[in-house]
Amino acid sequence: MNGLTPPTAGASRAGARLPGARRAQGVAWLVFGAFLIAFPALFTNPTITSIAVFTLIFMTSTTAWNAFSGYSGYLALGHAAFFGTGAYTLAVLTTDLHTPGGYGVFWFVPLGGVVASLAAIPVGLVALRTRRHTFVVITIAIFFIFQLLATNFSFTGSSSGEQTPTPSWSAAGYNDRFYYAALVCLAIALALAVLIRRSRFGLQLLAIRDDEDRAAGLGVRVTRVKLVAFVVSAFSVGMVGAVYAYFLGQIYPQFAFDPLFDLTIALMAFLGGLGTLSGPLLGAMLLEPLQQYFTLQFSAGDVYLIVYGALFLVVILLMPRGIVPAVTDFVATRRVRRSNLAEQVALGQGGTQEVASGPAVADQVQAVPGGA
Amino acid sequence: MGTQLIHAVVDGVLTGGVYALMAAGLTLIFGVMDMINIAQGILVVLGAYLSYVLSVHLGLDLFVGLAVTIPALFVVGVVVEWTFMRRLRERERTAMSILVTYAVALIIEGVLSIVFGVNYVQLHAWYVDRSVYVLGFYLPYIYLFGFALAAVLLGALYAMLYRTRFGASVRASLQDRTAARLVGIDVARVSTICFGLGVAVTAAGGMVFGATNAFNPNTGYDLISRLLTIVILGGLGSIGGALGAAVLMLVLEDVVSVVWSPVWSAVVFFAVLVVVLSIRPVGLFGRSMARAQ
Repeated sequence: MNGLTPPTAGASRAGARLPGARRAQGVAWLVFGAFLIAFPALFTNPTITSIAVFTLIFMTSTTAWNAFSGYSGYLALGHAAFFGTGAYTLAVLTTDLHTPGGYGVFWFVPLGGVVASLAAIPVGLVALRTRRHTFVVITIAIFFIFQLLATNFSFTGSSSGEQTPTPSWSAAGYNDRFYYAALVCLAIALALAVLIRRSRFGLQLLAIRDDEDRAAGLGVRVTRVKLVAFVVSAFSVGMVGAVYAYFLGQIYPQFAFDPLFDLTIALMAFLGGLGTLSGPLLGAMLLEPLQQYFTLQFSAGDVYLIVYGALFLVVILLMPRGIVPAVTDFVATRRVRRSNLAEQVALGQGGTQEVASGPAVADQVQAVPGGA
Repeated sequence: MGTQLIHAVVDGVLTGGVYALMAAGLTLIFGVMDMINIAQGILVVLGAYLSYVLSVHLGLDLFVGLAVTIPALFVVGVVVEWTFMRRLRERERTAMSILVTYAVALIIEGVLSIVFGVNYVQLHAWYVDRSVYVLGFYLPYIYLFGFALAAVLLGALYAMLYRTRFGASVRASLQDRTAARLVGIDVARVSTICFGLGVAVTAAGGMVFGATNAFNPNTGYDLISRLLTIVILGGLGSIGGALGAAVLMLVLEDVVSVVWSPVWSAVVFFAVLVVVLSIRPVGLFGRSMARAQ
């Protein structure tokens, strides 16, 4: 209906059929979570932890975006509006209330999420009346309205932007506080995404993605379901936007409301696998460090734009469904073939070479957290 | 105030004509292929830079330079269509086309930033710097010339669509791709040429835009959001609608900047889209959007 049909249903069915796959997935998620928590202890280099903070910010945003766009099929290209709203909520309020820099500022992070989701209600009410390309364009237009408002209003500091309080903690482990703040946001975004995916509500969203008119005919209250998903998605994006503002220390309209952000999170989700849980995480973990690396390496972001665009074109053309679904399918067919081969070996028909290569592939894939 | 208002309206109509030309390319591509070309904005900037190179380094007149830049951008369009767009799967065409052309736009923006830097430039010629006195205010000649150029090209596009055999096959593909294929139209070829034509108009649009505005590689974002607003308001796929919406929006923007403030005119531009779409989801001039995919 809306033109986006990520293959979640098929992929998860394939995953469920495999013996022990669910347990392996659980273990992979646990290992992954432990790694994220231990990360600042393993790497103390401020350059690396700074990249990690940005990566977490994008992992959260992409997960939240995917919880709406990936499940509903509505391609929203205006989530930077909510990111910026969260960022400005923290910056404007802490400035006006003269909040001293320190841990107290982090209380404004959930507030940023709340304000962003409040802003998402009217936006969603208007935008979700339209479908397909009109929806895409109207989200872009609304995003530009937000950017222009931030540039024009005096309480947002106009084009000179807003400053956030200077943190009180010392330079050693400076980034770690932001890292954990962003990690908490990620945990919340993931929890919301899992809740949506596993619930009746999520099924209704998927039904809308597959055929909205039929879903409405079957009694799904489509407008409400879409709007709730949209607002929930804006909440996590707004929270992590607030963390971003505090981390940078100074925000400008063009950076808090960045049109590239809209595209970036969509590309990350597409690269990893739209509509999957681990796909957006993987996409963000691949692309954001790459961008940071290019920014550090070439100072200007121009080379990065080219690499980014080219990479995305390659992915769309060669792996249109994204990495996670492609790999999941590959493994599933591999396992089926291996079990077939094992039977053949038992019957004395050879094929040992391929049998040997099987487990190695499976191990590699387990490194990718989750499956679908 | 009175003179300013007249000035705003005249200015709006004249620039609206140029925007109509750029938007016509976008809406043609959508009508025939169900694809949205997000790169249209940066392609206008590319067209402006090509004119810039020809006029500064080769000393070619801006209008003469179009003889080079229009075919050049036609080729760019054909190559993009041929390499990427036709490989998109039928069912997900619209959504995927947005992302693919966005990626193409990023690449072009990156290349332009590396080659030309981020400093603003503007095209110059005698008709850009000299003005003519009309209705109580001075208007640079380029506004008149640009409008005339846009009118001629839109007329040519119209004649091509409604007076030639190729135009008939374009309109057939516009109405129904499958049926067009059944009556023997090579829809793939029509699509490629239409994509090329849709992109080629950005060469002319870019030249006039670059002569009336300072631009840098970042200008593409602003342009594409305006063009998208125009084509959606005009009803996607309708060239006449794009024309009406372009003139209407540009006049509105100029009038708002006179009677209220230039700062808020851009907000009004997008706010109109939001208001119109919440009342009429098919746009101002749009027919039913029930083009089932």
